[in-house]
Amino acid sequence: MEILLVVLMGLLYAAGIYMLFRRSMVKLLLGIMLLGNGTNILIFLLGRITKGKPPVIDEAAKVFTDIYADPIPQALILTAIVIGFGIQSFAIVLLKRVYVLINSDDLDDLNTPEDEDI
Amino acid sequence: MIENYLILPVIAHLFTAVLLLFFWRRTVAQRIISIAGSFIVLLAAIGLFTRVWRSGILVMQAANWEAPFGITFVADVFSSSMVLLTSFSGLAVSVFSAVGLARARMQYGYFPILHFLLMGLNGAFLTGDIFNLYVWFEVIIISSFVLLTLGGRKAQLEGAVKYMALNILASTFFLTGIGMLYGITGTLNMADLAMKVPLVGHRILVDVTAIFFILGFGIKSAVFPLYFWLPSSYHTPPSAVAAIFGGLLTKVGIYALFRVFTLIFIPDDFIRTLLIILAVLTILTGSFGAIIKRNIRRMFSYLIVCHIGFMIGGLGLFSEVALMGALFYLFHDIIVKTNLFLIAGLIRQLRGTMNMEKLGGLYAEYPRLSLLIAIVLFSLIGIPPLSGFWPKIYLFEAGFMTGQFTLVAAIIIGSLVTLYAVSRMWADVFWKRAPLDDAPHEDRFQRMGIGKKTLLVTPIAFLAFISLYIGLGAENITAVVQRIASEMMDTTPYIRAVLGKS
Repeated sequence: MEILLVVLMGLLYAAGIYMLFRRSMVKLLLGIMLLGNGTNILIFLLGRITKGKPPVIDEAAKVFTDIYADPIPQALILTAIVIGFGIQSFAIVLLKRVYVLINSDDLDDLNTPEDEDI
Repeated sequence: MIENYLILPVIAHLFTAVLLLFFWRRTVAQRIISIAGSFIVLLAAIGLFTRVWRSGILVMQAANWEAPFGITFVADVFSSSMVLLTSFSGLAVSVFSAVGLARARMQYGYFPILHFLLMGLNGAFLTGDIFNLYVWFEVIIISSFVLLTLGGRKAQLEGAVKYMALNILASTFFLTGIGMLYGITGTLNMADLAMKVPLVGHRILVDVTAIFFILGFGIKSAVFPLYFWLPSSYHTPPSAVAAIFGGLLTKVGIYALFRVFTLIFIPDDFIRTLLIILAVLTILTGSFGAIIKRNIRRMFSYLIVCHIGFMIGGLGLFSEVALMGALFYLFHDIIVKTNLFLIAGLIRQLRGTMNMEKLGGLYAEYPRLSLLIAIVLFSLIGIPPLSGFWPKIYLFEAGFMTGQFTLVAAIIIGSLVTLYAVSRMWADVFWKRAPLDDAPHEDRFQRMGIGKKTLLVTPIAFLAFISLYIGLGAENITAVVQRIASEMMDTTPYIRAVLGKS
């Protein structure tokens, strides 16, 4: 299970960084998303995978007798997903606005001449 | 000491922002609420600082969960003085934007977002939990995205794409670092991390994690190979927004670097050398960029990059004297950089442009205003006895003590280039005769009533006064930074305060 997740994480990071290096704005956006998902899997993985042991502890138990799945990484991922969702939706709207304004998907076209200052 | 008071600077901004949302599109009410809110936060921040100064580190455990398990908020002298400086800048920007900002921007929620941003900054300074720091960083960047794009001019949106892409990337790196840190230690509380990280056997793994933090915070604070987003976006938003960005957003990255690299990862030789190399290159590239720019705000943007290097260098030297110098510079820089962008906004009100070639003759027309601005510019350069001068002495001393002559040379070059760039700007904008062109410039300042004029100039005078105090009352600031630096070199009081045991 771990090795599968490691491979998946590597793929997501590699694909994300490759997409970030492209000139298209849509690919930039996809790259950011893939990278974010790769990070989420990294956190999940580093919290140690424990199968079928929910972190529900018997009320009567005084000490831990068994290992259980660590709930913290899942809480972290949940937070990161929510934040990522908000930021990505903002990014989509921003890139759409920029596309409407400059009528191009190329990041190299984002250079309005120096003089236009406010 | 457990104290709920320390969350007040965060809560007060939150309430101000929410209250402002109820006054959507009613700009007069919004201006008054915003200024009042910032003023209340300033009072709270002064209260917090004096309490921390008198009685030591304050700690709040959110929802009373005990330290390594819940989210901890900590106010030591470092965080409370950062909150205090943020409140000074925040109040000045609130007042300035009441007049210096177009009405249309206010109607679309400028003031609430500004207060959310300030809330995020205060939260980032006060948190004692590394994941919570990430959340506050996200609060800051999402607010800064909105502030940067508000108004929707073409140049603004183009700058915002670069700013957004790099900042999201920085957050991803930061989050990766947190994930790895949790993997190797199993905790997120900074004080707990400070105890557990030195015990980790795999030093290489710790160094790799540290690199992720340097990358994440390095992008945010505009360190050498990662700074390109800054000069290509900071000249686009309105000056009030640029002032908050220039004064505070890069500095929160510096704050995080200082916090993480004095508490969690104690820099070893590799990290120190890396930081010093980055600092030297940051100073050099920033200062060369400042020379070639002819737009006031673009020049200031490069000066921000240049001066970030001074602080990174101080961290890289990692001795008590070096940290004192870097922290002193940080305090001076927050106030001066905020003020510089406010001044750029004022110049635009006076002349309708920020291009140095089209400006001129301001000294002949407004001699008293020019003298006020001169104080700020002199503080920036570091003419003794003004505020930029004292930290450099500590940095030089630390550089000579540790034999890092490259860094000392870079700081000297950086200071000289700052002097050159600023004096050229002074000559162009204030002393040169105004260029005679066909279109007469529009002087919006002249047409304003006395009340509006006061509102525009008061924040600049207020921040200039603080700069003067930092320079002339340097022994008080030295006492503060000395205490912070000694707390950084010996973190046991911090750990004991948070975890409640030694």
